This record gives sequence, C-alpha cells and structure tokens, in this order.
Amino acid sequence: MTDAVLAQAPDSPQVARAGAPIPHATRTVRVAEYLSQFDELDRGPEPLWLGAQRRAAIESFATLGFPTTRNEDWHFTNVAPVLERTYTPLTRASSALSPRDIVQFQFEGEWQTLVFFNGHFVAQLSEIESSARLYVGPMSDALCDEARARIVERHFGGLAETHNHAFSALNSAFAGDGAFIHLSAGTVAPRSVHLMFVTDDGAEGALVSPRSVIALEHHAEATVVESYVSIGNASYLTNAVTEAYVGDGARLRHYKIQRESIHAYHVGSWYASQGRSCAYEAFSFAIGADLSRTNIATLLDGEGSHVSLDGLYLVNGDQTVDHQTSVVHAKESCTSHELYKGVLDGDSHAVFNGKVYVRPEAQKTDGKQSNNNLLLSEGARVDTKPQLEIYADDVKCTHGATIGPVDSTALFYLKSRGIGPSIALRLLTYAFAAEVLEELTIPAVRDELERLAFERFAVGA
Amino acid sequence: MLDITSLRAGIAEREILKGIDLKVGAGEVHAVMGPNGSGKSTLAQVLAGNPAYEVLGGSALYNGEELLELEPEVRAQKGIFLAFQYPVEIPGVTNAYFLRSAYNEIRKARGEEEADPLEFLDIIEDRMKLVDMDSSMLNRSVNAGFSGGEKKRNEILQMAVLQPKLAILDETDSGLDIDALRIVAGGVNALRRPDNATIVVTHYQRLLNYIVPDFVHVLANGRIVRSGGKELALELEERGYDWLLDAA
Repeated sequence: MTDAVLAQAPDSPQVARAGAPIPHATRTVRVAEYLSQFDELDRGPEPLWLGAQRRAAIESFATLGFPTTRNEDWHFTNVAPVLERTYTPLTRASSALSPRDIVQFQFEGEWQTLVFFNGHFVAQLSEIESSARLYVGPMSDALCDEARARIVERHFGGLAETHNHAFSALNSAFAGDGAFIHLSAGTVAPRSVHLMFVTDDGAEGALVSPRSVIALEHHAEATVVESYVSIGNASYLTNAVTEAYVGDGARLRHYKIQRESIHAYHVGSWYASQGRSCAYEAFSFAIGADLSRTNIATLLDGEGSHVSLDGLYLVNGDQTVDHQTSVVHAKESCTSHELYKGVLDGDSHAVFNGKVYVRPEAQKTDGKQSNNNLLLSEGARVDTKPQLEIYADDVKCTHGATIGPVDSTALFYLKSRGIGPSIALRLLTYAFAAEVLEELTIPAVRDELERLAFERFAVGA
Repeated sequence: MLDITSLRAGIAEREILKGIDLKVGAGEVHAVMGPNGSGKSTLAQVLAGNPAYEVLGGSALYNGEELLELEPEVRAQKGIFLAFQYPVEIPGVTNAYFLRSAYNEIRKARGEEEADPLEFLDIIEDRMKLVDMDSSMLNRSVNAGFSGGEKKRNEILQMAVLQPKLAILDETDSGLDIDALRIVAGGVNALRRPDNATIVVTHYQRLLNYIVPDFVHVLANGRIVRSGGKELALELEERGYDWLLDAA
C-alpha cells in the first residue's frame, strides 16, 4: 500500500523545503499530500491576514512534519494510524442533517447552539443571538463583517502554538469554520453556548478543522461547551483548535465532550491566556474515537487567578486516549487544580501528561494535580507523567497518579448484598468516575455526562 | 439451617480455621466468641464467601445445599447476610441507590417483582425507624464519612431491608457507645423471627446483654474449644479466655 501511495505522490516543492530526512516514507508522503492539498484548495474570499497566517502555518507544518514517538510530547502515542491515509477537507456538506438527528446531543435548558455539520455551519439548526455587548456566531459570519473581522484579527492565532505543534499548524493552515464568541467588559452571557460539531458517514476520509476563538473581556462570564459527535461510524480526522482569552476578573467555563465515531481520529487543542483574578474551568470528557489527543494549555498571566483542569476518559477495545495539559504560572498567587480520571477496558491505552511550570516571579503558587486510572481488564495500559518545573521558592505544588483495578474489598461488599458482579462492577466504576463529574458546575451538562458514563459502563460490563 | 463440619480455611497459605463444627437451627441465636486472632472473623468472612479466604476442607450445608461452592451474591440471594466489622466506604454511590440495587437484585433472584424508587422509599423509610436513622443518610454516599456508629447502624439497616434468613454479625459492637449499641441491638432483635437465625461474632460479652444468645461457642486457635448456654458468656466476661486456652 505504501508503494502505491509513493507512486502517486506529487512532486511538490514543499517536500524539498521540508529538508530534514524523515526515515518513514509514509510520513514524508503524507506531509507532501497535505502540502499539495493546501496549494489546490479554493478557500474563496477571506481577509489577507488570514491567508498570511495560513501560509505561515503550512510552512511550519512542512518543517515540523508529523510527530514521532521520539518527540517527547508524543512518546506514548503513536500517530501512525492517522497517517494511513490523507484526509481531505470537505468543500461543502454532502448530506443533510435534520433537527431530529441532533436532539440526542442537546442539553436540558436554554442554550445558544451553533451546529457545524461535516465542517460547515448549519444556520437552520443553530440558535444564536447576539447583542451589542455579546457576539456569538460562526467564524465565517464574523469575518464577513469588517468591524468584527478586526476584532477576530486581534485574537486569531495569538495563542495557538503553530511553530512547534504540527497538528495546530495543520489546523491553522486548513482552518475551517468554528465559533467566534466575544463578550465585552462586564457582560455575562445569559445563556450557555453549545458548539456542536457533528459528522456523519459523509465525513468518510474528511479532514475537519474547526477553529474557534472565545474572547472574554474583563469581568465577562460565559460557559462554552464543545461537543464532537458522530452519527455513524465514518473514519475521519477532526483537528480542532480553540483559543480562549480570559480577561481580568472574567470567568470562562469551557467543556469538551468528545464522542466521535469509533473509527475517527480526534486532535483537539485549547490555548488559553488568563489575566488577573480570573477563573478558567476546562473540562474534557472523552469516550469516542479510535485515537484522541487533547491538548490544553493555559498561561496564568495575571495575579490571583485560578484554573481548574479536569477530565474523565472512558475507553474500551483498541482505543487510545491522550491528554496533555500545560499550566504556566507566570504571576504571583495563582492556583491550578487538576483532576483527571480514566476508566480503561479491553486493550485500550490512556496517556496523561500534566505539565506545570512555575516561573521565578510566580511566588505563592498553589498547584495540585492528580491522575487516577481504573483498569477493568488485563489488556488495558496507562502511561501517566506528571511534570513539574518549579523556579520559584515560595510555592505549594503536589501531584500524584494512581493506576489500579477495582477495589476487591468494595466488590465483595456489594456482592455480599446480593448484587451480581456486572452490576457491582458498574456501580464501582461509576462511583470512581462520579467524583470528577462533581466538578462540573452546569447541572445539565453534569447530568448528561453522568448518563453517558453510566451507559458506557453498561457496555463494558 | 446451617450445618458446618470440619471446616478448614485460611488466607495466604496460613491455615486459620482448623476444623470447625457448628450447627445452627432456625430461630436460634448463636454467639461465637474468642480472643483476637482465634478465627472468629475468618469464619464470618468464609460463610459470606469472601474470595480473599481459601477454603481448605470441610463443608457448610445451608438448608441442605453446599454453601462453600456458591458465589457471595448467590449466598446473599439465598438469605445469608454478613454485617461487616469494617463496613466499606463507597464514595459516589448513594446509600439509597445501593440499598435499592441490593433489594431488587435479591428480589429478582427470587423471581419477585422489583420495587421502583417510590415503592422502595416507602419500604426503606419504615426500616430506617428501626435503627433511628435520618432520611438524609439515604442521599449520602455509602458509609463515606460516616462515624463508626453510623456505619454499624447502616449495616443493620441493610439487614432490615434485605430480611436475611441467616444473619452473621461480625464484631458489630466494636466502636459503639452504649446508646448506639442499644439501637443496633434493638434493630437486630426486632428482626428476629422463628424462621431465621443469627450468628453474633464478638470479643466481649456486653452485646450479648442486648442480643441474648441461645448458644455460646468459644473459638480458640481455629477450633471451637467450648460450647454452652448464655451463662458461658458471663463466665468468659469474668474469667477471660486464658483458662479455656490452657485447657485447649
């Protein structure tokens, strides 16, 4: 198969530019094919600065290439499956989505909802409302308005690390529609925002590159949930990037629910920057995709701010789920609290890497990190790596990781009450997961995730 | 009801029970007493089916059926109940959900209809009065953050809900003040019926002032070294265990 692909590989000048010898032929071919797709893609009219960003990003991607396991951040996750084919951006949605299709993905209560289907915004299924102080809409619309496009320009690409993250570079080059959310100073969003990225079988072989920006000016408050959901079992690559600006005294709750098709690949990267006395709550819930990778990075760039990074992953079969978090404490008296929990069954594999950097000026830092994993099978595997780099002397930082099977004493306790092994196991697994779901402060989301978690364990049992 | 013969069991290749013979009939209360390390708790755990213990020989017939071959949940479904010495904390599962799951699993195994949450609430509120428990306990996680007394009362509440044929109380008195002891014992006594039986495993005699046994057995070094009536417990209280150990 590799030979066939090699034979078709176009002679692209970018390959020569990439220069460095990449030992794996497929890797080189794949990069070349994305470069030539970039050249051929008709993106229609868009701001000049965006085109410039795209070109810089594709050059960066050409230089970086796809990561190998020699790359420290990818040591435990092999992207080889993602390189088995070249995914192609869909220029338009090939099939239709009905309101009935998405009911199952919605939450209770009043929401602003933006629906993206196979990479494209679907206005008819979306419910959005903006005001003078609050903009919620698709990036494609925001860029059409000249004044608004200037606000986008100030934020777009300001945080995403395209120079050293291949997938973020790839997203920036192929950036498709996502959301632009902008709250003026002191504005509290009256409704939570749900970004629903839906795919169906029409996404087979597609590269979906949602690109979103959330900008909260000082003392603004919002909740944004990103759902990555699938109808059917298509194989595609979601490669999303969201940049989040949390101004002084602002509060952003930012949740991701990843329920991609079991044959899909998902890379989602969040880059946040925080001002003074603000709060950023990031939560990642991952149950889908054959291989998923979540990167969440935040810069605590003002005194007295807080970040909570929590997550729950539930995997089975041959799934791989990888979470990489990075917190940079750049200023004094900030707190970062992190709890990731995982439940693994079958031959699944989980990776967790939590980096905390405390810069010399970040005195009085309070950092807590834990990653706890429950193994339901012999074949499941976890690689967990807390990484603390502390350059200040007056700090309080703790971290811990656990990997283990279900507590046999608790299991016997339940059985001794007449509860059979499958229900007992389900109860204990649910109990293990419930702790981290408690961190969710939006009840509608918490209830839904509790339901999804419980359902998931029923399948595993 | 229960007929134990030559039961030998241990943990991690160490034999703890070295041949136990014990018969328990319907309507009877048996006390199993003995010093620390005599094997009392092992006997309780083995009867309930704790997989951490290995049965090395002998048999335990329960209504004519070999108990030792049954899974713990099947034993429970057939009416065996162990009140744990150290009730297990299960953060994240509410007491109400836990109790209803157990209740319904046992009913299902017996071919009876399951109770929905509302029906179950009626059942449980009635049983909670037995052990003087507040209904707020239902929404708390199983035993998590409970005081010693609350945990033991929670065990008896489970017993009251599940209505076992054979209840085994393992050191239920340990860690209880006198008021809690009275409540727990009162609950156990209220659940006594002519067709069920109770085995009370205890180190001290004081629980037996409240749950009066028909028979008292003294376990020492993995064997029953003396059996008698309730007066044997009083004698042990007065003289300690040493005289029996010497005799054994």
